[in-house]
Amino acid sequence: MISVLTRIFGFHNLALAEDVVQDAFCQALEVWKFRGLPENPSAWLMACAQRKAIDVLRRERTAREFAPELGRLAESEWTLVPAVEQRFAPHTIPDDLLRMMFSCCDPRLKEEAQVALILHILCGLSVGEVAGALVAGHAAVEKRIGRAKQVLAGARALYEIADERQVAARLPAVQRALYLLFNEGYHGASTQDVIRGELCRDAIRLARLLQEHPAGDTPATRALIALMCLHAARLPSRLDAEGELRSLLDQDRSRWDRALLAEGQLWLERSATGAELSDYHLEAAIAWMHGSARSAEATDWPRIVALYDQLLAVRPSPVVALNRAIAVAQAEGPERGLAEIRAIDRVEKLERYPFYPAALAELELRRGHTDVAREHFERAKSLARNPSERRFFEQRLEAC
Amino acid sequence: MSQYLFLYRGAQRPTSPTEAQQVMQKWMTWFEELGKRGHIKDPGQPLEPTGKVVKGRQKSVTDGPFAEAKDLVGGYTIVEATDIAEAAEISKGCPIFERDGFVEVRPVMKM
Repeated sequence: MISVLTRIFGFHNLALAEDVVQDAFCQALEVWKFRGLPENPSAWLMACAQRKAIDVLRRERTAREFAPELGRLAESEWTLVPAVEQRFAPHTIPDDLLRMMFSCCDPRLKEEAQVALILHILCGLSVGEVAGALVAGHAAVEKRIGRAKQVLAGARALYEIADERQVAARLPAVQRALYLLFNEGYHGASTQDVIRGELCRDAIRLARLLQEHPAGDTPATRALIALMCLHAARLPSRLDAEGELRSLLDQDRSRWDRALLAEGQLWLERSATGAELSDYHLEAAIAWMHGSARSAEATDWPRIVALYDQLLAVRPSPVVALNRAIAVAQAEGPERGLAEIRAIDRVEKLERYPFYPAALAELELRRGHTDVAREHFERAKSLARNPSERRFFEQRLEAC
Repeated sequence: MSQYLFLYRGAQRPTSPTEAQQVMQKWMTWFEELGKRGHIKDPGQPLEPTGKVVKGRQKSVTDGPFAEAKDLVGGYTIVEATDIAEAAEISKGCPIFERDGFVEVRPVMKM
């Protein structure tokens, strides 16, 4: 709704669009509390926002400058209402969401700011909820979003997606932001499981929207959806019945979401066209190797190591290297895994990452060096980012 | 059974959508319960906080009512109850009291 309104008012009037939405929402709740929920609440809200948008345009058409493309249409009563109605037509809404998505992924903004903005504007999270989801301070997130909006206000109109070249120019940034959004839900430090599941769902919804636009439907976009589905399929088993974190190796695989696995596989197959082999392809392929294996032992670890090698070549990162080392240990034993961990490039970057000492500890434990393992688990525990991580390391300590 | 008008007066307006949502939930639960017990004749409507007041022999029209916010009518409902005492008792379940509002209970005059 904010996307539609911003297209009408212009990006410099984003705050006005937000006010209108909030106003419509509060009014809806006021009426619903007496009359009960209508059959189609979102259509009701849309109609309400549309009416309010027309009021605002009438009231402020001399005081404010609206979106350039609305131009003179707002000046006459004859053209104003049809122009607004046309922009509220259901079939134009997905495009407005895409325009907003592309606008948020402005190269002048840092990636964290892009993700925060997408959460706030496109997923409708309040500043407090964004802060909760990204595990950042309320004030910091408020500042980050405020500054980002200021930067974007200069653009006035939403990013245009009718031209394929313009879509292509910003597509990688949009894919990246959606990837980060998903990761925030999947790996992020937020302690609330509800938030995490919702972030993953939002990321999948937006990625599908991107894929439905002809210019956004590239092999990399499909691979991105595949990897999201394949990871999300494992979400239900990441916590056991007691709500404790479980490592991939001893998850209850019967609780994996079969429908999502199948969908992920389908997208992975559909992504296998063209010359481009993106990091999303590789990550999806790794996720599929795990998703299709009946047990940790039945997993094709050498294949996974080979995929990690390829992934490291396109996206060199110590975290990827650490995951690769763990796969090596599964394939060739703890000694080889430890050697690989020691050989990680820029390993100092992992210093504050709790799963780095945890990986060392697991491998030391497996080769019988219990004391060393204990030390590493203690270190991991001190780095834990939330209570479930801490409890997980405590349990591992007891195993030593 | 007689009919009674509930006038909801002077509740604080919610300040955030989340809060508004919670308020709505409470009201819907309350209405649902009243309905189940057969007390609702007409759930009524909420009222906008603004309007016009037409007054005097001159029928002068002014903006308003700018009565004190603390007793502005925010909505109404028509309930059915055996007597005024029961109607008043019923009104005690209204979520408006959590937001510093009050309910005016008025018997509908029978013809």
